[in-house]
Amino acid sequence: MLLLLFLPFNAVAGVVTEPPPIFRSENYPCSTCHEAMSPNIERRPLQYHQEIDISAHAEDLFWCLNCHDMEERDKLRLINGEKVGFEEVYRLCGQCHGSIYKDWTAGTHGKRMGYWNGRKRYLLCTHCHNPHRPRFMPITPEPPPLRPEETLWKKIRAEG
Amino acid sequence: MEKDQSRGLISRRDFLRMTALGIAALSGGGCGDLWRDRFQEMSPEEIQDLLKRWEERYKKRYGVDIRVKATGPMEGVLFGYALDLSRCIGCRRCVYACVRENNPSRDVQIQWIRVLRLKKGEFRLEDSEHYYNPESVPEEGYFYMPVQCQQCERPPCVKVCPVKATWKEPDGIIVVDYDWCIGCRTCMAACPYRARKFNWREPALPKEEINPDTHYLGNRPRVKGVVEKCTFCIQRTREGRYPACVEACPVGARKFGNLLDPGSEIRYILENFRVFRLKEELNTEPKFFYFFSLGWA
Repeated sequence: MLLLLFLPFNAVAGVVTEPPPIFRSENYPCSTCHEAMSPNIERRPLQYHQEIDISAHAEDLFWCLNCHDMEERDKLRLINGEKVGFEEVYRLCGQCHGSIYKDWTAGTHGKRMGYWNGRKRYLLCTHCHNPHRPRFMPITPEPPPLRPEETLWKKIRAEG
Repeated sequence: MEKDQSRGLISRRDFLRMTALGIAALSGGGCGDLWRDRFQEMSPEEIQDLLKRWEERYKKRYGVDIRVKATGPMEGVLFGYALDLSRCIGCRRCVYACVRENNPSRDVQIQWIRVLRLKKGEFRLEDSEHYYNPESVPEEGYFYMPVQCQQCERPPCVKVCPVKATWKEPDGIIVVDYDWCIGCRTCMAACPYRARKFNWREPALPKEEINPDTHYLGNRPRVKGVVEKCTFCIQRTREGRYPACVEACPVGARKFGNLLDPGSEIRYILENFRVFRLKEELNTEPKFFYFFSLGWA
């Protein structure tokens, strides 16, 4: 696990990616359970992973095994059959979202942290997007600025 | 003390004596600031003395060890900023990350970033709203446009300052020397982006909330009667780091880098996206760019 903390991202030099969030999931590695189960390619309501909802992500096209490999359960599977680890999830997403992938590689899509002229920390697609439901949910905004009468004037008035 | 009772004033002799003593005290100890040169004309040793004096003063005022740096600009660097209006959701995370980083007054509130909410389909700044406060963002039918100092290449604020307390650094950042500022606020009137803020009162900065990593021309704690503004987090960016707002943005809408480096993210944006600058027609030439990474979304 420790080694994975600073995986080199091969496209750009001096860039580090964070380990994919699934590594922190209590369900990982997937093989713990799935090794003993025989794969079921049938589309069906899931009994165990009920929190997973792919109804908002190309629902007519996708099923678990489009992206998750059927044999090696801790790997992802590209369209050409190549197996990739979760730390290379951008290659999987980039198959369909090509222009976004290009922008991400250039550093204009998604978040970079660290140093603008040195070691940059990359976040993977799955750090910000739920892979099963990628569109962002609305969030609560931070409070608005105070109006002058709530801050400066109030203070001055209080002092007479 | 012997007083001239007939007029209730200090006698001429006492006045002269006190003035002489006062000048001696000021020049001799502690108050070297009074006789110093403009910041840009100070020698490195003088600057080091100045920084030390401020660190001592802050220690006395807040009881906290605050480091005051004066890191200089890097060779071959001109900072630029880009903000993706297709992505911004108006959550104001940047506003508060900036507040935590830059030591502005909390109680009488000063914020360097103002997030405008505008109606989709039109671009009427005069109808924009920065007090919006819905349950959740983004809201249907609106888009958001954060505005902060645009770090103009031709900054009107610098032009109007009667005492040259604000200027453009070689890496393009517009800075204020708070020791030199006389608080006339002419720069605020000249700025078309409402980017400058004034300390009408002694700033209320709780010592638990102080960021002790400060720059003389940036986020060191201010005093009453001076103007302040965004400095692209000069204390971070001159050491190669990203500004605090860039790292805080949850949707990755904020991009920062060196305009002179052809391989930088900022140059990629300028070359590949639809980019505009706010109030371009004023010829202020901001180094803060707005862009759309998607079609209108």
